Amino acid sequence: MIRYIARRLLQSIPTLLGITILSYLLMSFAPGGPVRALLFGPNTRPEQLARVAAVLGLNDPIPIQYLRWLLGDDWMRWDSDGDGIADGSFILPLDADGDGIPEPPGMSKGFLRGDWGKSFIQRRPVDLIIAERIPATLELGVASLLVSIVVGLPIGIYAAVKRGRIFDNTTRVLAVIFNAVPVFWLGLVLIIIFGVLLKDANGGPFLPMGGRRPPTSVGLPPIWERLNYLILPTFVLATGGIAGFSRFMRASMLDVINQDYMRTARAKGLDNRTVWFRHGARNALIPIATFLGPSITGLLGGAAITEKVFSWPGLGQVGIDAVLQLDYPIIMAVVVISAIATILGYLLSDILYALIDPRIRFD
Amino acid sequence: MTTSPSATAQSIAQLNTEETIVSKSLTQRALSRLSRDKLTLTALAVLIFLTVMAFLAPVFESALEVSYTKTNIREKFAPICIPALNVGGDCNPKHILGTDDLGRDVFVRLLYAGQVSLSIGFFAAILSLAIGITLGVVTGFYGGVIDDFINWVITTLNSVPTLFLLLIISAVILRNPDLARGIFGGPFALIIILGLLGWTGTTRLVRGETLSIREREYILSARALGASPTRIMFVHIVPNVFSIVIIVLASDIGGLILAEAALSFLGIGVKVPTPSWGNMLTDAQTYFTMGLHLVILPGLLIFITVLCLFIIGDGLRDAFDPTSTD
Repeated sequence: MIRYIARRLLQSIPTLLGITILSYLLMSFAPGGPVRALLFGPNTRPEQLARVAAVLGLNDPIPIQYLRWLLGDDWMRWDSDGDGIADGSFILPLDADGDGIPEPPGMSKGFLRGDWGKSFIQRRPVDLIIAERIPATLELGVASLLVSIVVGLPIGIYAAVKRGRIFDNTTRVLAVIFNAVPVFWLGLVLIIIFGVLLKDANGGPFLPMGGRRPPTSVGLPPIWERLNYLILPTFVLATGGIAGFSRFMRASMLDVINQDYMRTARAKGLDNRTVWFRHGARNALIPIATFLGPSITGLLGGAAITEKVFSWPGLGQVGIDAVLQLDYPIIMAVVVISAIATILGYLLSDILYALIDPRIRFD
Repeated sequence: MTTSPSATAQSIAQLNTEETIVSKSLTQRALSRLSRDKLTLTALAVLIFLTVMAFLAPVFESALEVSYTKTNIREKFAPICIPALNVGGDCNPKHILGTDDLGRDVFVRLLYAGQVSLSIGFFAAILSLAIGITLGVVTGFYGGVIDDFINWVITTLNSVPTLFLLLIISAVILRNPDLARGIFGGPFALIIILGLLGWTGTTRLVRGETLSIREREYILSARALGASPTRIMFVHIVPNVFSIVIIVLASDIGGLILAEAALSFLGIGVKVPTPSWGNMLTDAQTYFTMGLHLVILPGLLIFITVLCLFIIGDGLRDAFDPTSTD
């Protein structure tokens, strides 16, 4: 088992490298890019643009920029006598802008050594920005996953048991409907219903229209005091999961329901509930483990839009804004983090699969 | 033993009629199943109606004497106005569904947006199908290093939420002043972007099917006759995998319309002034107090269109399922 996990983790290294190369290449096709976004204004002179680009290292060839991001540049150009002026160089020229003064030595350690750089726009360390946002995304993600499982699985079980009846047909239609609704529009409609049309006793909106906490609160109140902020975004994000889990569980349960041990259980005189849940659902749950991995990717992707619609201060919202502003360091961090989460999600569901089903061996 | 010729002919005729009853082809059986599937047929009718309406947009535009691009600040946020049904009261009957924040006619704008959204979904699906089939057949047929490489690309693409990839690519292409000119400006770029990212599922499907087909006798005989690998792949294998992937086409179009809507909603898909159902919702949050129909209508059209496509996709899959019985 440990050997299997180690092998899977090793195999994911080229995937992760591929993702970072791909994203960096893609972003490099944007000329002017972040500098133009940063210094947007009628009075910006070309010299200003050039200087900012040189400081950010955007004039270097793309492979060098990528290497700088990955491995840092403190080894590319160094300062052995400590006077703040580079006197040795490995890859970068000593005087890149050609003004006769050698550039200062490289300072960044690179992504692999934990230096995620500074946001071009916010001028703050990326790891700090990301760390601030992760709790909000986790909160929303975990809540939605729980809701999807708690609501989706029983629906799937009951639909399979009552195959072809009204409940089965209704939930199947509902699943297709929820898959076809644009997530962001569902969010907007719910905001209209619960935030604009319905009022609470004081004439305020029935549920908050967005955000994660009351605007007047100091700091972040404990979660049970801001559950009303969580309701709408969780529901919107969970719709896809509920539809997916219920249909998957229904199919899995249908496979189980005709097995011999189910007939045996019934022949023993057990009541329906015991047969369905003890003997049926527990076995039908096994393939569900494989659905966990993909649903984590789905949650991350869906979370970005849901966070945007509900002004939820999470990773997805930061990612979308960073893409719109071409803030390379943040985009790269968000892409790598979501990729790691996805890879771990798939690995986790495979391990879970092996743990609950002793027939599966990884060798 | 003697039998009259007419009797023989009769029995042969009898045999023949029995034969035709027994040996319905898969397609024939699927079509007869579809013709009894009222839900799928209704969805198809609604979809055709929406498409025809969308492409009749110029006709409605001239008949109602309104414009989908001309702004008119004095008439902004006009309400829905259908005097025949007593909806709206004292309002301008030219603007059936009212006007938006810039005074443009919403009804005609929705129709033009429909043209854009439907075409993007359709052509992007065709493009991703073409890429998916080609790569799937090639990887399945050759295996080895090519197979490993394409598999690695697929795993890599699937490890990042598609939305982020879409965002990065569209942000780069659509915001790049050099690329966004000419054919890359507007909806065409989006077709390319969505098509280039949507092929992984089709590739896997086709690859699996190719793996089993390439071991069949008729491939061996084609090889023995000296057919080139290209000929075997595109003349002998592709037609046999085609029926499997064509079935998922409807659902693919639906998914791509949703993706386009999300991108345009975020402001990096179809660019204004070209309308799309997604970008008509970009500023939706500011309409909450002024005109709720501006939020409801575009989303409702996306929803109905995608729902029809998904239902048709489900119906096709059931109809073509060889294991199902009548």
